[in-house]
Amino acid sequence: MEKRKERIDRGIKVRSEDIFALSSWREILYFAAPRVLPVAAFIILPLVLGDYWQRVLLSVAVFALLAISWDILAQSGMISLGQALFFGMGAYCSGTLNHYFGISPFLTIPIAAVVGGVICTLLLLPVLRLRGIYFSMVTLIIPLMLERVIEATKIFGGTEGISGLSVLPSKWLEMYILMAALIAALFGFRRMMTSDYGLVLTAIKDNDRSVMNAGINIYWFKIQALFIASAVGAFAGAMMTHVYRFVGMPVFALDYSILPIAAVMVGGPGSFAGAVLGSFILVPLSEALRTLGGLRIVFYGVFLVIFVVGLPEGIFHFIARKYSQFERWAEVDK
Amino acid sequence: MSETPLLEVKGLCKSFGGVQAVNGISFNLNKGDLLGIIGPNGSGKTTTVNLISGFVKASSGKVLFKGQDITSMAPYKIVRLGIARTFQMVKPFYQLPAFKNMIIPLYSPRVKALVGGKYGDRDAVALDLLEEVGFERDNQVAYKVASVLPQGYLKRLELAKAISLQPDIMILDELFSGLSLAEVASIVPIIEKLLLEGKTIIMIEHRLKELFRIANRVIVLNFGEKIADGAAKDVMESDEVKKAYLGSEE
Repeated sequence: MEKRKERIDRGIKVRSEDIFALSSWREILYFAAPRVLPVAAFIILPLVLGDYWQRVLLSVAVFALLAISWDILAQSGMISLGQALFFGMGAYCSGTLNHYFGISPFLTIPIAAVVGGVICTLLLLPVLRLRGIYFSMVTLIIPLMLERVIEATKIFGGTEGISGLSVLPSKWLEMYILMAALIAALFGFRRMMTSDYGLVLTAIKDNDRSVMNAGINIYWFKIQALFIASAVGAFAGAMMTHVYRFVGMPVFALDYSILPIAAVMVGGPGSFAGAVLGSFILVPLSEALRTLGGLRIVFYGVFLVIFVVGLPEGIFHFIARKYSQFERWAEVDK
Repeated sequence: MSETPLLEVKGLCKSFGGVQAVNGISFNLNKGDLLGIIGPNGSGKTTTVNLISGFVKASSGKVLFKGQDITSMAPYKIVRLGIARTFQMVKPFYQLPAFKNMIIPLYSPRVKALVGGKYGDRDAVALDLLEEVGFERDNQVAYKVASVLPQGYLKRLELAKAISLQPDIMILDELFSGLSLAEVASIVPIIEKLLLEGKTIIMIEHRLKELFRIANRVIVLNFGEKIADGAAKDVMESDEVKKAYLGSEE
């Protein structure tokens, strides 16, 4: 007898999404837990971790923001291989504003997010009409090119970079600004993508000619998505500049481009939650593997391969499916 | 006729490399017309509508809409002016439910003002429009993801997307192809209703029998050139048309 796997929505999912949610604590909890738990974790984690792991958590948040930024672009049909561009642009914007003009980090960070976003958008504007791999290649090249420009022209401190930048008044402020940004980005962008505006963005990825045929200027929408994504990345870069009190060529390094993509792949694309989850797994893992020395990259690579092969949908989608549906083997009617 | 035609096509040419796909096609279209464009495969029908709707840039010639030159304008601008089209190969957003497919045209600036900004409203408008083209409400088909819909519904969805833009001119590119007789029979009244509402329609079609029932004028293309223009019956009497369709008797 042939069998196939059958997936059925759990009753509690159906009930809790309806008005009956009010009828029992269990149902309210079922509905609220996936939303409340991550927020609670973001708030509590900094309090319970030691100094070293607090630093790691900062890194996690920064990579999560970069991964979210990557996911925004991917959902709008733009595959970026150059998140480092956004990160580095934000970092250099806030670093130079702080170093040369003495502006406080409270201003340089938001300014860098916006100005960095605008500059990145303008830089990528000419290639916005390119599709697929062509767009990706350009995004990969630009940050590497900027690195060389800084090295050759020795602007903004050249290879030395700029150090001794101002810090935010307390490490708790640093931490909670990042956590707040992460929560806002996670839930805000999830909401945005389910709105009609987000629908247009996903439709561009699906079939851009058809969107054009609906009287919509797809390039204007792509520009908006690009600005939003690069502003998020630039914000992350600006924050890290003031945490490290340093900005230099490493901000354009390949790590900032590749790790966010790996995080989304492990966590699951198209949900933002996957991007965050992936960062929460990969960044600490990379730290934990530090003790292995040279073998670190090998283990890291093997881990990535296992995940991508074993769970191609991503951890988040796997958990979400298990949470809302149960599976059973059903006989196939012949 | 003294008033300016709704659409004027003047000496439109397009070549792809060495192939002259469209060669000096001219015609006028008045409000309320249903113009059929027919011709053998590769005669330049789809290229002609691609030129009108801006998806392909013209090598030479002009397209005027309400007296305004729209030649080689960006497709989205042409749609906003009031020319909507469907595609021969349906282009739905496969991952979205049918009614969510409708949100995209409803989001366009052309419709925005008419419907109101809230997306709750758009869902309702989308469902109404789909019902009009035959997505029955009771079988919930409008909620199904486009990738599982049969061809007949996908064609209707294309039609509904064009209707939702409330255009002055609708260009329907082989709407009937791949549909059963019954499906065609159920779409014809929708087109007749659009005509009654004063819409102007251009239809590219291979299903001549069904087309001739509704078209009041037909243009025949062959090798990128217009070889006949007139009422359906007269056009099919033309020797040149017979030759193009059936081949030369030599």
